[in-house]
Amino acid sequence: MNFDPRYSGRNFASVGTRPIRPDGVDKVTGRARYGADFNMTGQLVGRVLRSPHAHATIRKIDTSKAEKLNGVKAVITAADLPDLTDGDAALYDILDNCMARKKALYDGHAVAAVAAVDARTARQALKLIEVDYEVLPHVTDVDEAMKHSAPVLDDTIFTEGLEQKPVKSSNVTKRSQYGHGDIHEGFGRADFVVERSFKTEQTHQGYIEPHACVASVSSDGTADLWVCTQGHFVYRQHCAQLLGMEASKLRVTSSEIGGGFGGKTHVWAEPVALALSRKAGRPVKLVMTRDEVFRASGPTSATSIDVRIGARKDGTITAAEATLRYSCGPYAGMWAELGAMTAFACYRLENVRTVGYEVLVNRPKTAAYRAPSAPMAAFAVESAVDELAKEIGMDPVEFRIRNAAQEGTRSSYGPVYGPIGIGPTLEAAKNHPHMKAPLGKNQGRGMACGFWFNFGGQTCTDLNIGMDGSVSLAVGTVDVGGSRASLSLVAAEELGIAYEQVKAVVADTSSLGYNDMTDGSRGTFSSSMATISAARNAIKILRERAAQMWDVPVDDVVWENGHAIAKGEKYGNLAALSLKEIAAGSGKTGGPIAGHSELVADGAGVSFATHICDIEVDPETGATRVLRYTVVQDAGKAVHPTYVEGQYQGGAAQGIGWALNEEYVYGKDGRLQNPGFLDYRIPVCSDLPMIDTQILEIPNPNHPYGVRGVGETSIVPPLAAIANAVSNAAGVRMTHIPMSPPRILAAIEAEREWSK
Amino acid sequence: MRYIRPHSMEDAVGQLAGSPGTAAILAGGSDLLVRMKGGFIEPDLIVDIKSIDGLGEIRETADGFSIGAAVSCALMGESAALKREWPGVVEAAKLIGSKQVQGRCTIVGNLCNASPAADSVPALVAAGARALIIGPGGRRTVAVEAVPTGPGKTSLAKGEIIEAILLDRRAPRSGDAYLRFIPRTEMDIAVVSAGVKLTLDEQGVVKSARVALGAVAPTVLLVEEAAEALIGRKLDEAALERLAKVCSGTCRPIDDKRGTVEFRRKVAGVLAGRAATTAYARAGGK
Repeated sequence: MNFDPRYSGRNFASVGTRPIRPDGVDKVTGRARYGADFNMTGQLVGRVLRSPHAHATIRKIDTSKAEKLNGVKAVITAADLPDLTDGDAALYDILDNCMARKKALYDGHAVAAVAAVDARTARQALKLIEVDYEVLPHVTDVDEAMKHSAPVLDDTIFTEGLEQKPVKSSNVTKRSQYGHGDIHEGFGRADFVVERSFKTEQTHQGYIEPHACVASVSSDGTADLWVCTQGHFVYRQHCAQLLGMEASKLRVTSSEIGGGFGGKTHVWAEPVALALSRKAGRPVKLVMTRDEVFRASGPTSATSIDVRIGARKDGTITAAEATLRYSCGPYAGMWAELGAMTAFACYRLENVRTVGYEVLVNRPKTAAYRAPSAPMAAFAVESAVDELAKEIGMDPVEFRIRNAAQEGTRSSYGPVYGPIGIGPTLEAAKNHPHMKAPLGKNQGRGMACGFWFNFGGQTCTDLNIGMDGSVSLAVGTVDVGGSRASLSLVAAEELGIAYEQVKAVVADTSSLGYNDMTDGSRGTFSSSMATISAARNAIKILRERAAQMWDVPVDDVVWENGHAIAKGEKYGNLAALSLKEIAAGSGKTGGPIAGHSELVADGAGVSFATHICDIEVDPETGATRVLRYTVVQDAGKAVHPTYVEGQYQGGAAQGIGWALNEEYVYGKDGRLQNPGFLDYRIPVCSDLPMIDTQILEIPNPNHPYGVRGVGETSIVPPLAAIANAVSNAAGVRMTHIPMSPPRILAAIEAEREWSK
Repeated sequence: MRYIRPHSMEDAVGQLAGSPGTAAILAGGSDLLVRMKGGFIEPDLIVDIKSIDGLGEIRETADGFSIGAAVSCALMGESAALKREWPGVVEAAKLIGSKQVQGRCTIVGNLCNASPAADSVPALVAAGARALIIGPGGRRTVAVEAVPTGPGKTSLAKGEIIEAILLDRRAPRSGDAYLRFIPRTEMDIAVVSAGVKLTLDEQGVVKSARVALGAVAPTVLLVEEAAEALIGRKLDEAALERLAKVCSGTCRPIDDKRGTVEFRRKVAGVLAGRAATTAYARAGGK
């Protein structure tokens, strides 16, 4: 199929309007089915036994007593999930994370699981499993883990990316480096240099819906899995590989999703549920508790970052460098590398160098969290940029505008930018009334920029036209933020029909070709491209059918505003045929009408944002209040502006929580102290002001409508914007996230002591 | 597990006293059910006291108020008389959990849960509230601060139930207030808290004072020295400074996931001062 993805300016009829989402009524009335809402006759309750130790060798697991308990139908350990990964190290890590094989590597690491007739029996059975641990020294802090004296989690790890292979194993799995130019020369020309070190604590995506699935393995080797996920095709692939099944024998159906934010891109419980079902011969439902969600799923990296930036008196940055250390949990990752790539992406720099270190610690396996790794890097860089502007005596917005990347700029991570939105978001922020609003006592304003790559990837879509002229759109990217509404708008736009005539669904893995998951802000970007392509293929068939009905050459038939029109004077008397009329006659003209599309959506346009916020700090308690918050972000083209605004607000809300209060607190024993929403403090409604948004539209040249992903960039600037605001309000530079009241108060008191 | 719902105090006491295993009292259930769900406890007997006559009522007596053990915190917020007389106590009760939780939870439950961070307890202690206890040996009355003995532990004997919380009628020129520090705006647990009750003379000089601190020791602290710092003077800056210093100095906090020792010490003083300022204004002080 010849599909031209290039942007073409056009006027839109449906795209850019704000109809209500097709999943809305079901969600507000409780009819929508989430992961835990699916049930099967005869299903068992699955429960997982987890390590209470941060680091321990598993000497022996005795499951005999649990197996004998009345009502227990299956007990599994790593022995029931044999290693079929065939040298694929990343897949082996996933397997080991699902069920510890030789060592428990963090508090909460799964070591065994049971399936029983009810929850009480399953709980009792867990208590009867005897695990003989040899407790080992542990390390949970990223800086501590890099020290030579730190306990080594995996003695087969020798740091990659060094000029010479190290002689000793360590917790640093990889060093990566990005940049160009000569930073020494650049710093030599600087009139001002700011150098600072920053830390950020580990956070969780905080999705309200815990991981949940029902697995049903048949005795013929086929299986079904109903699950809450961001990518059912990827889950199918991983589960099939880990269980030694052919992918097509496993059908995965995704449920509605109560938040994922990257945390539901990874299998945890699903292979376990399938293994339990296979052993028990009955369906098994496995729902994680909140405690398990915190201890064993999710979190983002904890980081330690050094930044140095130099600039001339006129405000031109001459050199910039950063060293970024990111925790990965106990398995290798590329989290620091993503930080190293994104850190300086907003700026036009002659000389830049970033170095990332991936660090193993005894914490849960790091998973993606909305623009993974970028918010921490932006926090460090944007804090230093603010400080540098202050030293030079320039307005922080002007300073950023002066150094902002443009079309043609070579980015700090390599590629040369096309048309981008960093400059326009900064100009919009500068001219926003928020920037000029007066501030009261103990109040401060901060601003910061953020960048995210955005991804495209493999996508497959089916568009079926019913005989009544209604259209069903089957997509394979899970709807995490209103994409069914957006994709319906796109189908309506392309076909020239009303939004209400289109119904979009997320198809299961047996009904559609492979789709990458909804991550990298790719859902609406890539599935809209595939929807446009599918609609155009359907239009081709519609034109053929109209030509057949009229008995004219198909080349003389065009498609306009939802109608086939015979073009040319000689057809002057032919009335246009509507999609509905063509569909009604389809049984006699060649059967059902459908458009199909499979493609790799390349050219996801990079995305930039600028945020502004006002914070009040209580100087006696360190308490903060977010007074006002404004998000300015480039959407390329906002397909459904309300849901674009929702993404902007959601990212800002999560960033505010991360900046101010959210953190994993580990005890000296390496156990997580706050695995619940009481002491892991995401913002409640009353903590947030109404978050104001401004959508900019700088078209992405690589999408027919100019669409860019919008889901992730909005979480990149908040840590820095809030840190800058708090620092301005409190009169002391905050370098440790979260800026919880004890940290702010301690910083204020230290400043008072120092200035005495 | 056995669940019973007695209709009289005597029956409830008898059941509790006679139970061979572990027993728990169920009023609002906002602590008990959470603990059971979390797998921390599995009581053999649950005694639901909500059907006992009168336990769900706030009674105004000649001496003051009797708040039944099954009165929800939301109901306290609906009592105009209670709010007028003891605004600090009502505010504290209305800070517990969320709106939904407040529809279930009770101040007696809050007291018997014996968390050092309980919101209503410092306010009750400052107000001089007493607990009316019924047990196999009959009824007795104790000061609220005598009930919790440590985190999760109370001085109640086997078979004893707190039937009601008793509050005196507010003395003339008196006022109370409660404040807590939480990192969020609601649905959180006190990191530090302070309850203050002041009675003034006609000139606005503090005649008597009660200052209670929460979440800074294993149990609520009634800080006599803090009261002394206020008595005999108007609530001027010097008095507030002394109050803050005494409160910061008296508390015995720990470092934990919710806050540091330094933070709690400092903020205990700040909150005591702010609560005292509100209580003073409520007492008519200027």
